Amino acid sequence: MLSFDNATAMLAPIAVAIPIVMACVLLVAGRRLPRLAVDVVALATALAMVSLLAYLLVAAASGRIVTWAAGWTPHHGYSVGIVLVVDPLGAGIALLACSLTAIAFLFSVRYLDAVEAHYHCLMLLFLAGMVGLALTGDLFDMFVFFELMGAAAYGLTAIVVEDESALQGGINFGIVNSLGAYLSLTGLGLLFARTGSVGLPQLHTELAHHRPDALIVAAFVLVLTGFLVKGAMVPFHFWLADAHAVAPAPVCLLFSGVMVPLGIYAAFRIYWTVFAPVLPLGDVRRTFLVLGAVTAVLGAVMALSQRHFKRLLAYSTIAHVGLFLVALACLSVGGTAGALIYVAGHAGVKGALFLIAGVMLARYGSVDEYDLYGAGNGQKAMGVLLIIGALGLAGLPPFGTALGKALSEDAASAAGYGWVPVLFVAVSALTGGAVLRVAGRVYFALGPMPVERSPMRARGNEDEEPRLLHVPWTMIAPILVLLAGGLIVGLLPGAHSVANRAAATFIDSAGYSHQALYKLPEGIVAPTASNWTGVGLGLGFVSAVLACCVALAGLYGRRLAEKWPVLREAYGPLNLLHRLHSGHVGDYVAWMMMGLAVLAGFIGLPLR
Amino acid sequence: MSHYAYFVAGWLILIGAFGIMRSKNLIQSVVCLAVAQSGTYVLLLSIGYQWGGAPPLFGEPATKPNLHVVDPLVQAMTLTDIVVSATVTSMLLAIAIQIHKRHGTINPDELNAIRG
Repeated sequence: MLSFDNATAMLAPIAVAIPIVMACVLLVAGRRLPRLAVDVVALATALAMVSLLAYLLVAAASGRIVTWAAGWTPHHGYSVGIVLVVDPLGAGIALLACSLTAIAFLFSVRYLDAVEAHYHCLMLLFLAGMVGLALTGDLFDMFVFFELMGAAAYGLTAIVVEDESALQGGINFGIVNSLGAYLSLTGLGLLFARTGSVGLPQLHTELAHHRPDALIVAAFVLVLTGFLVKGAMVPFHFWLADAHAVAPAPVCLLFSGVMVPLGIYAAFRIYWTVFAPVLPLGDVRRTFLVLGAVTAVLGAVMALSQRHFKRLLAYSTIAHVGLFLVALACLSVGGTAGALIYVAGHAGVKGALFLIAGVMLARYGSVDEYDLYGAGNGQKAMGVLLIIGALGLAGLPPFGTALGKALSEDAASAAGYGWVPVLFVAVSALTGGAVLRVAGRVYFALGPMPVERSPMRARGNEDEEPRLLHVPWTMIAPILVLLAGGLIVGLLPGAHSVANRAAATFIDSAGYSHQALYKLPEGIVAPTASNWTGVGLGLGFVSAVLACCVALAGLYGRRLAEKWPVLREAYGPLNLLHRLHSGHVGDYVAWMMMGLAVLAGFIGLPLR
Repeated sequence: MSHYAYFVAGWLILIGAFGIMRSKNLIQSVVCLAVAQSGTYVLLLSIGYQWGGAPPLFGEPATKPNLHVVDPLVQAMTLTDIVVSATVTSMLLAIAIQIHKRHGTINPDELNAIRG
């Protein structure tokens, strides 16, 4: 018996199934097909997914799409079935994943011309995991999709080793993320022991009138840890820079653009649907405001002090994830809407920057800022693209990043946190300035020639791969598309109102549960608002100007440091910070356990 | 007695994590990860276990079904968990082999290519 409400509801599980089926097809047929055919099939699959998710997004705008797998529909609000609940925010982030996958496939045609169909297969499995995680309404399915996404990601990290000295990044990534997932599973077990269900809508009803006792706090902390490890919140963030330094550029595009924000998405999805009625709002808000701010500052400082361009971008992702956390921690429609637009704009800008790093690696055989001093002197066009991306990262209006930043600042100020706009401007300026500095050194040979060049990169290395002499259009078009995407997010009229509606649906936990279990229609009222305000525009320009100052200070700072030796004293704490990022997986696990304790303290202690 | 199973589950997860912290060998780290995961199997199974409960089989309409059964849902979850474990462990062991090929060592203390 088909018990789907309508054809649209059937599309949600199909969206998860298509990439898995196509991955199997490519795995079997890939050996016999020429590489170009594999590329075309993979790209066509990703594009089909883009249109499917776009359709689901439009359909979900007029109400959540609920699908009970195999017809296990609820009776009187009770069901043991597995449910998919598609709301605009979930469909939106799944659409982002599909779009970035399509762009990554296009970039890989020439960039990864040596890989076989395994790569495409893993990418499609990765996509299936991400789409599943975004659309599911079941906690155990979240764990399964999380691990599917994770296993594919570990394989992709190590599939083509770009930085031969750093393969350990792949295993650090795998061990830390999987251990996080098992902690999530432990928390899920505790929740199941208390309530007898693992569906998010059922858990909401079971816990709605519950007291926040020790078991609930333990479950909350454990469940969220796994997803926050993926979301790279301090002190769970160590794996991220290691994995990004190793993974191929198109894979980094997916990691930074959507996988890491997806971790944050899942954490807040679980908070809103399951724990929002139980845990005191103030405690949760304080927890994520503090940890988000620490994440943002640490990421920005680490990004500024990197010379390996991909690691620099990785740390800037950590910094921006901290900003997303701060915005979401306002626990309001405005903050969530701001974070949503910020994530979309950031994906475009950061993705373009990672692909430019890939072009650098393909052309010059390195992404080290010092070694490549002046290397790109003849390719000013790529340098200009890098500068545009850097200014986008710094939040120059009208990029989507600037709009997201302005809306988040607005929401935080309205909630009474006056320090948040300062944090946003400072972090945007530092990360954008770091990228601008790289652009200045590599493409425009600005500043004095750096003295510390790595000796191993001596000229005339015989066994090196042939370098790319001409950048093909399949590598330039994705960069342009991503930058344009980052711009369009900020220019779309009504983006703020649409994001407000998606955010209001996202945080409406009772509506989520009632619509899934009782098919009650949703009554979302979201404020419509204009995109840009004067203050938002002004702060955007301020952070872009500050980013230029940061870049100039980085380029010519050595002379300043020679004049004022006081400045050198900042190196002491900075070195300590660098030593903490030791690359040792045991240290990372120790930090993770500490983070678990910190989270438990933040949530549990005020409840006593 | 039933508390004992929960104690074992928690101990396995913690000792697995501790093992990764102290490990001098990446193969051992991956196996420690599997040990931590077996803690989740024990936890899930002990949540659904009923003392003196029957297997959850309801087939014969003629006999009155015994409603005192162990929970099949957690058993299904444990099976899924085991599949996940096999996937992840094999993937990580493959990466460990790659590391050994390139660096000639799988001691995380001696791998110091990435710092800071």
